[in-house]
Amino acid sequence: MTVNDSVDLQVTPAITAPRARRAYLLPLLLFALFALVPLAGLWGAQSYVLSIVTRIMVLALAAMSLDLLIGYGAMVSFGHAAFVGIGAYSVAILSSHGITDGFVHLGVALAASFVFALITGAISLRTKGVYFIMITLAFGQMLYFLGTSLAAYGGDDGMTLASRSTLFGSKILKNDVVLYYVVFGFLLGGYLLLRGVVASRFGRVLRGIRENPVRMEAIGFTPYRYQLTAYVIAGMIAAVAGCLFANQTEFVSPAFASWQRSGDLIFAIVLGGLGTLHGAIIGAAVFSLLADILSHYTEHWALLFGPILILVVLFARGGIGGWLGSRS
Amino acid sequence: MTVTLALVQILNGLQFGLILFLIAAGLTLVFGVMDFINLAHGVQYMVGAYFVAAFTAMTGSFLYGLALALPAALVFGLLLEVLIFRHLYDRSHLDQVLATFGVIIFLNQAVKFVWGAAPLNVPMPDALSGTIEIADGMLYPVYRLVIIAVGLAVGLALYLVVNKTKLGMLVRAGASNAAMVSALGVNIRLLFTIVFGVGAMLAGFAGAMVAPILSVEPGMGDNVLILAFVVIVIGGIGSIRGAFIAALLIGLVDTLGRFFAPSLLKLVLDPSTASQTGRAIAPMLIYILMAAVLFFRPSGLFPSKQ
Repeated sequence: MTVNDSVDLQVTPAITAPRARRAYLLPLLLFALFALVPLAGLWGAQSYVLSIVTRIMVLALAAMSLDLLIGYGAMVSFGHAAFVGIGAYSVAILSSHGITDGFVHLGVALAASFVFALITGAISLRTKGVYFIMITLAFGQMLYFLGTSLAAYGGDDGMTLASRSTLFGSKILKNDVVLYYVVFGFLLGGYLLLRGVVASRFGRVLRGIRENPVRMEAIGFTPYRYQLTAYVIAGMIAAVAGCLFANQTEFVSPAFASWQRSGDLIFAIVLGGLGTLHGAIIGAAVFSLLADILSHYTEHWALLFGPILILVVLFARGGIGGWLGSRS
Repeated sequence: MTVTLALVQILNGLQFGLILFLIAAGLTLVFGVMDFINLAHGVQYMVGAYFVAAFTAMTGSFLYGLALALPAALVFGLLLEVLIFRHLYDRSHLDQVLATFGVIIFLNQAVKFVWGAAPLNVPMPDALSGTIEIADGMLYPVYRLVIIAVGLAVGLALYLVVNKTKLGMLVRAGASNAAMVSALGVNIRLLFTIVFGVGAMLAGFAGAMVAPILSVEPGMGDNVLILAFVVIVIGGIGSIRGAFIAALLIGLVDTLGRFFAPSLLKLVLDPSTASQTGRAIAPMLIYILMAAVLFFRPSGLFPSKQ
């Protein structure tokens, strides 16, 4: 982790020592918190808390992968939920045919998202700016409509999973605490992987392209290749999140891949602070908790949620991560 | 028989395309002139439909309802502009996308709060509710023909305003180089407010026109919004002509695709697979079309910015 931080220092030379320390203290604190949550079950309401925090971690994983694109690559993808949908449907479709092995689910999800990301990314990255936002949106919608037309797999209404994925033939994921720690493991793994990616030479090139693509091209890099690679990595991680999501809810529907869900993911990372991976985790947590808490008070919680979103955009530049002073 | 059916589908596609054009026209100008991504444009369509439902119920006449809904949609659009959108012009596209996404969340819930979650029905005016024989043995609903006629009329009017008036000249100039127009002493903010208000009213008008043939419900603007974006991206951002052609193209491809894809696939697949695959592919066609267009012309068919 210290190696990574030294790279972060190069990007923001003015960063002060305590701030740099906070840059890894905060994620450490977050993960420690997540690791301890199941113990809260000792005080009751276990399944409720577990399911919420599991959902938060799944959302965080997807949001983090999108942050690689938006925060580090300045590629505002508005179709990222499509990859979550691919992962979720991989689990659901295979299960409905009696293939319940989790590794097969994961393998198929990774392969499918790889292919989809490679093709759609290759086309989308030919465009810039607004056109990129719109074409990623279009590809997301394509998948959404594919989901709605899969009559054999529930169509519009979605389908309930027969059971969760099995590991080595055992139904161990049925246990919510086990599933929790599996999701936790993926979140931690995803975080470390992405952290490695953004700190690597590849990540520095990607950030260079974010700041000035023309200059990067002039000094001999091909932005397209780097951006496409980032797009594929992000898509595959989001597909993993989709696999976990299907297992957590034991239900999939095309709504997982809708453009509104892509909007939620963007909101989560902007809320948490763009370009900080742990910011995406914080954003996802605050987003979920906010929706959850508001929906307890009124069925019309969106009347509050919408304006909060607008206010965050208008007044809270840098997001929560920005307030905490750890933006890289 | 098949020819008649095909003709009916073409008319349906035309009608759908013209509705899309009404929505996309305002969106593309706002986008082109101010470089502002307004995801809330779709809810203005929804609000137009709700206004006409409410005013029709109040006055007992669709025409009065429409006459009241139009200025209401205009005022509503201007209100949004003053309260929220005005503060977003100088912000990044990401901020604009998010804030207007917040407006969608709010308004979809707000109409549920005010009018309930159940779909509303708007009675069609009696005079326009029948069918008419437009070819041998081919009946077509009068109201849909009215939509086509009105859509074409508005399209023509818009064409004349944009291409033949001074205001239109400024709008076109703004779409291709806003900074230059501003430097020439034109109050681009005011110009934009006008464009925005008219755009909101056109979207509201589209919503009001389709209210009698669709059900008026929360979220009805969301999918239409995406289609409108597809239209302006294919047409080239800021181009009215591009929006018109792309809207008709999308309307026809979507309607004809849903109708013909299953039967075309029957030529190569067995019937049940064909109808299933056809239904799966049809809704994706326009997105495939969009991807294909952008692959060959990354700035759309008629880019207004060079």
